[in-house]
Order: sequence, then structure tokens, then C-alpha cells
Amino acid sequence: MLDTLIERIRAAYENHSSLIIQGGGSKTFYGSADEGEVLSARMLTGVVDYQPKELVLTARAGTPLMAIETLLAEQNQMLAFEPPHFAGPATLGGCIAAGLSGPRRPYVGAVRDFVLGVRMIDGTGQPLRFGGQVIKNVAGYDVSRLMVGALGTLGFLTEVSLKVLPKPVTEVSLQFELDEAAAILKMNQWAGQPLPLSATSWHAGLLTVRLSGAASAVQAAQARIGGETLKDASAFWQRLRDQTTPFFNKRPSTSNQRLWRLAVNPATPPLAVSNRLAGDAQWIEWGGAVRWLISDQPAATLREAAKTAGGHATLFRGDAPVDGVFTPLTPALLMLHRNLKQRFDPKGILNHGRLYPEF
Amino acid sequence: MNAVHSPAFLNALRSLLPAESLLTAPEDTRPFESDGLAAYRNTPDLVVLPDSEAQVAAILRLCHAHQVAVVTRGAGTGLAAGALPVDGAVLLVLARLNQIKNIDPLARTAVVQPGVRNLAISEAAAAYNLYYAPDPSSQIACSIGGNVAENSGGVHCLKYGLTVHNILKLRAWTIAGELLEIGSDTLDSAGYDLLALLTGSEGMLAVITEVTVKLLPRPQRAQVVLAAFDDVAKAGAAVGNIIAAGVIPAGLEMMDRLAIRAAEDFVHAGYPLDCEAILLCEVDGVNEEVSDDIFTVHEVLAASGATEIRTADSEEQRLKFWAGRKAAFPAVGRLAPDYYCMDGTIPRAQLPHVLKRISEMSAEYGLAVANVFHAGDGNLHPLILFDANQPGELHKAEDFGGKILELCVEVGGTITGEHGVGLEKINQMCAQFAAPELTRFHDVKAAFDPDKLLNPGKAVPELHRCAEWGAMHIHGGQLPHPELPRF
Repeated sequence: MLDTLIERIRAAYENHSSLIIQGGGSKTFYGSADEGEVLSARMLTGVVDYQPKELVLTARAGTPLMAIETLLAEQNQMLAFEPPHFAGPATLGGCIAAGLSGPRRPYVGAVRDFVLGVRMIDGTGQPLRFGGQVIKNVAGYDVSRLMVGALGTLGFLTEVSLKVLPKPVTEVSLQFELDEAAAILKMNQWAGQPLPLSATSWHAGLLTVRLSGAASAVQAAQARIGGETLKDASAFWQRLRDQTTPFFNKRPSTSNQRLWRLAVNPATPPLAVSNRLAGDAQWIEWGGAVRWLISDQPAATLREAAKTAGGHATLFRGDAPVDGVFTPLTPALLMLHRNLKQRFDPKGILNHGRLYPEF
Repeated sequence: MNAVHSPAFLNALRSLLPAESLLTAPEDTRPFESDGLAAYRNTPDLVVLPDSEAQVAAILRLCHAHQVAVVTRGAGTGLAAGALPVDGAVLLVLARLNQIKNIDPLARTAVVQPGVRNLAISEAAAAYNLYYAPDPSSQIACSIGGNVAENSGGVHCLKYGLTVHNILKLRAWTIAGELLEIGSDTLDSAGYDLLALLTGSEGMLAVITEVTVKLLPRPQRAQVVLAAFDDVAKAGAAVGNIIAAGVIPAGLEMMDRLAIRAAEDFVHAGYPLDCEAILLCEVDGVNEEVSDDIFTVHEVLAASGATEIRTADSEEQRLKFWAGRKAAFPAVGRLAPDYYCMDGTIPRAQLPHVLKRISEMSAEYGLAVANVFHAGDGNLHPLILFDANQPGELHKAEDFGGKILELCVEVGGTITGEHGVGLEKINQMCAQFAAPELTRFHDVKAAFDPDKLLNPGKAVPELHRCAEWGAMHIHGGQLPHPELPRF
């Protein structure tokens, strides 16, 4: 299987032909459209090694996330970054390449924080191995983490090693009726206190907070912060994680409305661009650091708003604006990106244009 | 004449910096001859001590124009000769860039210059009940710029991560003097993860002039348990059992017999002496959770065959338990004129095998070894005892150390967990990585610094170096790099 993939990439390199790397196809909407022949990782499945006591799991890139999470759950462990599956059979490779994390991210870390090592094939068909299966490793540049979020533009991932964590014993989710400004303030104040926070969300006047940890710790925190207990909380967080909540999908097809992800300094007060929206057209996550907007405002306006707030804006669903899906890079950073792309994929055959139109 | 000594270069440098920021006389530059790995020394040709970002940028542009190499140095506490001066290069010391520019208690971030000491950040954040989590043992002296360059860890890595997990944004300069703003004030940024790439890049890619770090709320409570074992393998297994029980300790440290004795003789921490290994397991967090975890840890340790278990019941006792571990290096230093500290990481299950091999090699080389182990994350620090005044002993210790690192690679680990490669472990990089990976590392370097002016000769070996070294280290009858020409 691996040999076949290497051969196909080598052939594409020889012929200058473009390849589209695909896993389960759950995130085809993410990034710009690219053209070429599909190279699937779906056949590259299986957990290679899992040592619960070492907190390390290694699996082939086409392994469904669901299979990995089921295996981990048997040992009361989890992928702590809570990766979104969206609507499809998400795979490990796609999860790493997209670099997207779920509700637990601000409190335990992102997918990139848990990557320990990768095996990959670069754009010349050369198999490579970076990092390893140990938690602490500073030998060589951190190329494994460079692959996270690169959307397959630097190589075809074949195997990934991740750090995993024990599942919290208890989880409770609490809700509070609060306006946007008050909710943002609360999320940031609580995050600065020793509370076992594991997820936060605000939408349509309702702040939802998840606490995770030892039963005693969760109870004590609950007693301290109050709120109404949310029933069926795991379904709530899963819908938010996978964006199956109607908010993310109810854009009328006739309008210019798009779903934007504005990542900002978490303590940023309500954004002016959100004031122009209908009351329920914003969803806030990650302690205030992510503001999902359903908006028809120009890309430039939203990008400027995110930049002013210390972050960046990504078109998540809807037609891509002319300057691309992701916030354009400064000239100095664009040059570095091009240099790196040139070294890992000299003929530009892997997922060309998926991340930035320039490469 | 080397460009670094040319009048044109020196005059231009003098026009950029006040006289006291430029050291050229050997008596002034000699204090910078080594970093924390004093066995490697080289008096720098030229030392510059800028006190502003603008000066750093101007120095880099000048060096680039004259094709003069630059070695960046922070507090000089590194343990891998990463900041060892290079002949013909300028030593760029960032210690004077030492301002904490901002602390934002609501967003829980601090913006600091690279020369700010690691501990100074936590001290400044304490007013808001916040702290900066990574705590390398040198934290009173080491600076944040160096921490980023080395991706420094500490005793709390298993729970709180390394430097790469605890920073948000960098201002860095390429050798051409171009500003890179990497990362952001939020949790991610557009494009490739250059923040991860720069963290741990050992001064090879860019020069950092500002770091935005994350701050965490200080844990409500921390408590430590000490357990003694009559067998290192049992102690190693206990570590895995604690983790399997669902507890992620804030710190989980192990010491072997020689390290325990040395520490006890030095600081009288009250450690049990009739044992082969001790474990120190600290849990922290919310008050109630700490109580639960201490109970679980106690049970697991007992079930794992601990011969004695003590729980610190006061802050004073907690600090006493830690005092022995924290003084382990200087304590071992009293046992012999010199010691050489290694830094391999291994999968924890391999610990008994690795310790057995180290002890066998110790007998072969005739050099004693004390083992101190960040057991939670598998990071082993064997301390090789030797006497540099005995002809050949330093070389023997280095050779032994190299063998230990190769053993770490053999069992699926790495040659460096937290100290970095620098110049010290550059040969062992050839054991860890094959030619295609090393080539990609050189490619990454070239993407930032095509003229190889930043910290030349460090961190990533040239392929011919591996070929020459490999010729001396034929493993299992196979040359590691058969494809390379031999000179």
C-alpha cells in the first residue's frame, strides 16, 4: 500500500501532474478548491501501536477518528483536543492536515500540541519520518508540527503518533443567561482562576460552560460558579464540535451570507462587526477566542476586524472571497511559506492552492 | 582576513552601537567563551550587547551585508554548547533586552523581551495569581529567548507542556534583517505553524526579540508523595500504573541509589537510604481534586510494591522533599571532580532495560553514573562522573555519553529531550536521523537562512560529517549512510 502511494507520487512528480490528497472527505469544504487526481489515504488504516501507560498512540493516516476514539475510550483515554468529525468519516490524517480542534482546545491544547511524530511522503515521493513516540523530543526542527494545518501542501501523511490523555471522571455543563459582553468577560475571568474548565460557548444570550475533572472538584466548582445544569450536555458539545447545529448550516442559498471564523484575542469585547448582525448570527467559543459569524460583510471588513483584535479571519463555509479562504500572509511570511513549499514539494503537485492561491 | 576583523565591518558596527555594547578585547570577550556546557570553550572574536530591537535588526543587516556569521546567546545557561562562539562570527548577546513590556491579566498573557529571566515572568505575574508554567531547573537564571530557542521543559512538562505549548507569538528577525511576526494574540494563526518550527530551532533560523507567553492560574494546592522501592524496575512500573489510574501528576521524578545518596549527603532531605530508587509524585490543581489524586497515587504506589510511602503534610515538607531532587546535579557534582549530564528520552517501559545497559557500560568504561529521571515523560538524565584532569577521562565520558544516547535511539527514544543538540550531540543526530531527514532539516534552514550565517555548524550535521562519524560507529555491520561518499 505504502509502496503504491510512493510510486504514484513519484510518477506525479515526474509528470508534473497535480494530486489531491483525501482521507474520509469530511473536510472537503475547508480551504480553497484544488484540482488534480485524488490520492486517497483511506486504505492506509490501522492502529500501529497503543500503549495506554505511555499515553502514546500511533496509527496510519487513513484510520477513522471514530475507531481511534473507541479504542481509547476502552482504556478511559481520549484525544484531548476533541477533533471535529463534521458530517463524514473523518480520518486521523485529515485531522492533522486540517489542524482543527474542538471545544476543549483552549483548556488542554490544540491538535498540534499533541502531535509527537509523523511519517510522510514528500512531493518528490521521498518517505520521511520526523519526531517520534516520546513526549519530550527536541532533536531536529519540529517538522511534525509543521505538517499540522498545512492542508497536505507539504506532504502526504502516512502515520501519526499522538499523545493521549485520561478521560475526566466527571463532566458537568452549566448555563447562564448573559449578554455577549458579560459572557466574554466571565469566560476570561474564570479562565484566570483555578477552575476545571474544559469548554465554553455563548450564543443567543446563553453562556454554556463545561467543567471536567474529579467529581469532588467539579462539584466544588459548580457550587462556586452556579448556573443551571444542562441536560444531554455531551450531545450539545458534539453538535458544536461537528457543526451539526442548525446555526452553522442555515444560510439561505440565495444570499451572500457566509460562515466566518474570526480568531481573536479572547478578551476582545464584542466586535463592531458583530453588532451589525441579527441577534443570533454569532456563536462564540474557546473562551472568547473564536467568534463564528454568519455575515455578508466584505472579507476585507472582517479581516480588518480580526486583525485589529490580534487575530485572523477564515472563510469557513460559503463562496471564497477573491483574496482566498485564509487571511493573506505578509510578504515576509509568504516568502518563507513559498521557500518551505519549494523544498518539500518542488513541483507544487500536492494540494496546490488549497491553503493559499500562490502555492 | 576574516570579515569580522575587517576595519570596514568594525567601523560600521561601532556606528550602530555605543562603545560599551561592543567587546573586542580578549579579556572582555573571554567570559562568553562557553555556555552551561563548560567543556566546550572558544573565545569569541567579537561580542555585541544590543539593548533595543532596532539595534538587533541593524546588527543583523550589517552582518548579512558582510556575510559575517552570528551566534545568538541569551543567559548562557544552555547545556549543549548551542551558544558556543564560532570562529569568525559575532556573538549576539540578548541579555540586555530584558523588559517585561506588558502583562494582560484578563487575556492571561505576558509580552516580554528575550533577555527576561524565566522566573521573573512568574514573579511579575504573581500579582494576578498567574504564572508561566515551563520551569527548567535553571529558571532563576535562564532567559525566555533561550527557552524558546531550545523548547525548554522542566519538571512539570507532562501536565503543562514544553515551551512550544506555552507561547503565542514571536517577533523575530531573519539574518537579512527582515521582521517576522509569527503566531498571534489568539490561539492559532493563518498559514504554516512557524511558531512550532521556530521553537527549539537553536538560533539557526531567526533571532527572537519579543515573546508573548501564556499565563496560567496558579494551582490552588500542590502536594507531593515520596515512595521508596527496592528495585528500579518496580519504580518504573509504578510510574506507568499511576498514569493508567488516570492521574496526570504535575511532576513525577525518579532518582537511583547513587543520586539519592548524593542528594541526601548534600541537603539532608530525609530520603530513605536503604532503597534502589525513589519516586517523587506531585499533584496539583483544585483543592478537592488534589485530595482525590493523592489518595489514588498512594494506593497505586502501595500496589506497585513501594517499600515506604510518605506524603508531605505541609508546604515546608513538600519543599524539603523537592530540595533533594532539585539539588541532585550539584550533589552528584560533589562525588567527583566533573560530571557530564546526558539528556535522552525513552519510552518509559524501556527504563529497566536502559538502566541495566547503562550500568553495564558504566562498568566497561570504569566511570560511575547517577541517574535522575523525569519519569513522567521518559526524560532520562544520566550523570557520568569523571575527572577532567585525568588524561583521556573527558574523552571517555563523552564517548560513554554518546553510547547512552545511541541506546536511547535504539529503544525508540531520542538523543535529546530538553537540552537541545547544539554542538554537543551533533554526531548523535546521525544515529537518530537518516540522510533524507537531515537533508530536509538543511532545507528548512535554507528557507530562512540560505547563506548559513546563523549559528553555523550547530544542531544539524552536514551529511559528510555523518559519513565520517558513521565510519567509526558501524552498527550491526551496516554503515548508517552507505549512499554517501567517504573522504
